[in-house]
Amino acid sequence: MPNQWDFLSLALVLGAFIGIAHGSHGMTAPLSAPVTADLSLDYSNLPYYALRTTLRMFAALAASLVFTFTYATLAAKSRRAEMVLIPLLDVLQSVPILGFLSFTVTFFLGLFPGSTLGAEMAAIFAIFTSQAWNMAFSFYQSLRTVPRDLEEVAVGFHFSPWQKFWQLEAPFAMPALIWNMMMSMSGGWFFVVASEAISVGDTTIKLPGIGSYLALAIDAKRVDAVLAAVVAVVLVILAYDQFLFRPIVAFAAKFRVELSAGQVQEESWVRQVFLRTRFLRVLVTIPARILDSIALLRLELPNLESRHLRKRWPDRAVSRIMDAVWFTVIAAMLGYSIYQVYGFVSEKLTLADLRETVILTTYTMIRVFLLIVLASLIWVPISILIGLRPRLAERIQPLAQFLAAFPANVLFPIAVILVLKFSLNPDIWLSGLIIFGTQWYIVFNVIGGAMAFPNDLREATVNYGIKGKYWWKDVMLPAVFPYYVTGALTASGGSWNAAIVAEYVKWGNDRISAHGIGSYIAQATEAGDYSRIVLGVAVMSIFVIMFNRLLWRPLFAFGERRLRVN
Amino acid sequence: MLDRTQSTLLELKDVSKTYIKGSGEAGALVLDNISLNLREGEIVGLLGRSGCGKSTLLRIVAGLITPSKGDVSYLGAPVIGPVQGVAMVFQSFALFPWLSVLDNVEIGLRTKGVGAEEARRRALAAIDTIGLDGFESAFPKELSGGMRQRVGFARGLVVEPSILLMDEPFSALDVLTAETLRTDLLDLWVEGRMPTKSILMVTHNIEEAVLMCDRIVVLSSNPGRIAAEIKVEMQHPRNRLDPEFRQLVDKIYALMTKRAAPERDGVFPGLGLGMALPHISTNTLAGMIEEVAAPPYNGRADLPALADSLNMEIDDLFPVAETLQLLRFAEVMEGDIKLTASGVKFSDAATDARKKMFGDHLLAYVPLAARIRRVLDERPSHIAPATRFQSELEDYMSEKRAEDTLKSVITWGRYGELFAFDEGSQSFSLENPGEE
Repeated sequence: MPNQWDFLSLALVLGAFIGIAHGSHGMTAPLSAPVTADLSLDYSNLPYYALRTTLRMFAALAASLVFTFTYATLAAKSRRAEMVLIPLLDVLQSVPILGFLSFTVTFFLGLFPGSTLGAEMAAIFAIFTSQAWNMAFSFYQSLRTVPRDLEEVAVGFHFSPWQKFWQLEAPFAMPALIWNMMMSMSGGWFFVVASEAISVGDTTIKLPGIGSYLALAIDAKRVDAVLAAVVAVVLVILAYDQFLFRPIVAFAAKFRVELSAGQVQEESWVRQVFLRTRFLRVLVTIPARILDSIALLRLELPNLESRHLRKRWPDRAVSRIMDAVWFTVIAAMLGYSIYQVYGFVSEKLTLADLRETVILTTYTMIRVFLLIVLASLIWVPISILIGLRPRLAERIQPLAQFLAAFPANVLFPIAVILVLKFSLNPDIWLSGLIIFGTQWYIVFNVIGGAMAFPNDLREATVNYGIKGKYWWKDVMLPAVFPYYVTGALTASGGSWNAAIVAEYVKWGNDRISAHGIGSYIAQATEAGDYSRIVLGVAVMSIFVIMFNRLLWRPLFAFGERRLRVN
Repeated sequence: MLDRTQSTLLELKDVSKTYIKGSGEAGALVLDNISLNLREGEIVGLLGRSGCGKSTLLRIVAGLITPSKGDVSYLGAPVIGPVQGVAMVFQSFALFPWLSVLDNVEIGLRTKGVGAEEARRRALAAIDTIGLDGFESAFPKELSGGMRQRVGFARGLVVEPSILLMDEPFSALDVLTAETLRTDLLDLWVEGRMPTKSILMVTHNIEEAVLMCDRIVVLSSNPGRIAAEIKVEMQHPRNRLDPEFRQLVDKIYALMTKRAAPERDGVFPGLGLGMALPHISTNTLAGMIEEVAAPPYNGRADLPALADSLNMEIDDLFPVAETLQLLRFAEVMEGDIKLTASGVKFSDAATDARKKMFGDHLLAYVPLAARIRRVLDERPSHIAPATRFQSELEDYMSEKRAEDTLKSVITWGRYGELFAFDEGSQSFSLENPGEE
């Protein structure tokens, strides 16, 4: 019996189909050498641009998922692969990928000459690089912590590796993976805006999308168009949150391994629509059944099994020789790439250039550090106070998460206008942009920490009259510390990336830049000076890795060891 | 049982297991020369304390772990991997939290390629047998522990195994639930409503073993060896209050404490510095001394009775009794515990005097404690890192056991005010060891 839900959902599904068909058609249209699409600042184009941008993000997300399932699984299953893949992932997480945009763009344009596909791939790849690493890391960690007894059930029941992956490992990893997917989508926005419209030397790329619309608005000095882009981004973020992530989170609640039913039930009205409407339910169950039976296939090679069963004593001598071969291969590859980078950079650059980049990176580092401190001083107390008021926190928390997703670079032009108008010092006033989009990670993590503060400890502080200075110093700050470090770590990583965009900003023909490695890389990109880009990104990466190892890791370890309230 | 023939299903011959250290070299011996037969129609219990390797033995039988030495054969064929026809029930239930009860029961069939309809039919039958009707669509986290373990049984039985392995299946349940589940399982077994031909169960609960098993294999600890095999001839249903039942329980208690008596330091594996110490809080030790000193025991208690009144199982009770014996606060023999003169004195003393006594006994009878104190005294800085003793211990025992032993000595040493330990720097020191 069809009801009003059916009609509503039908409209929804048809809309989605038309959108996908329409959007993907434009992607393969052939085009002539300089990759520019006919873009206009007409508001009526915005929905289409928004659609294209969203499709790009989901294409990147799909690629990230494939990457996660293969890369992380390989790292978790093979000791030798793990030795290389995990440190590599760790570095990839710290490298400011935005700086490499020019390389990937050239690469993909060369791969598909004469088609927009190359430019699309380049943009999608840029977004992918902002999404994939943390997802892979979370999946790897989940695979390593699959409960032993469930593992024994799987082996005892003779699950094939394929079955074990889909019946045990993937479901177990699901909650953490979904959380990281949501974080990745947030991070991706920043890159979308930066990667849709990019100039590398003489090549200019403009793909239809919100990012290039914004770039066009900046060139034309149209404040109203900038604001329209902001509205479009807000609407898109809200839409995929409601239509995609909320249903997924509600659905994935059952994958949480916990002893009792959780108190918090995730709700999603979209999911309710699907559950209540008969034809939609059918629409979902048929693919679900097919996926189920694929997951139940054994998919194994017969000779692989016999080897699998005969795992008595592994031959130590053979294993050692294999290790030696493996290490040699790694060392050779490492040596070769160092040689390559050195050759590339040393061709045109001198020691003076190196000194310059180190000094500039130091400026940027001071900026990042000071701003994290400043943001912490402001937001930590406020977030604690919010987190301790559950009703308020419930409302503020989604807002903070939304703000973290919102690509702050959309708002950069407004800052430029202000700096120009009041002739402010860019070295100081552009700094704020670095933290503008990333401070919210601190906010919602600390709110989460304060919300998780155990009630009995709260009662104890009241009962023993712990107030004022002591309340902050001995109770609340230590209690939220582990959460704060998680947030600050993410914020700091994002800020380094943001520096590349934030230290060099444009408004029409006006350009203002601050002294720092970010503007160095941005200017080198604009000039198509590849050796400078490599040098800049390399020095910056080294700084970021040191920053993480020497500051955040120890703090994180300290927080987990001493201050985690369980 | 009944008219089932006594043919051998499973045979273990001279099975030993050595664990491999992180560095790749062979570590401590866990199981030593175990030979065991499992015949049709019997329930066999593996009884022993934690750390005697009984769970490892069960996993060797299941084909989940390969023995370092010896042979395992199932129906005459060597076992080289997980065996078809053997299903396992876990202490932790090990249910997939994202699958409903029905799906959990079906999964073992579905992954084998059994068709959807047949799997459903058989799963529903198993659910019916085990008394889970009405819970088919529930998720494990909605169920009580007892219901979850019923799902565990249904999942095991649905694949129609000829051997059912149970790894302490009732020890995560409360007393009443455990008893109901035991009775239900025994009913199914006695009435022949299970497809299973034999059950092998691991337990540390002596009464449970006597209640359920036809044969009890008692394992000694470190390394696990077969200490005794006891046939239980009583008819089901057995009555815990039956004198014959009580006698058997007492006999097993005596058996499990007997080995300790002749050689004093032989209670714990290893001698001198290499002695592995159980992790027991000083409050528990003091509490046990007080309990035995007070009426009705007045200094001497029957261990089964004591276990009953303290609501402790042998896994908890034995290590406490033996630690008291090591520290010369009590003696354990033939299933009894008797306080020594120092034990009686300890029970009458006030807190400070108790701590002093405890510290003195610790120095005198626990070589590791004496060793740590001596090193600290000798060093000018009076500071020593924990890693130094950890690596020394690892010459005698596994990494994990060395860690546990060190943890015990830290707790005891702190209480006896022999030394201080700093968690952050992981080092021992003489700072503030009592006298300020």
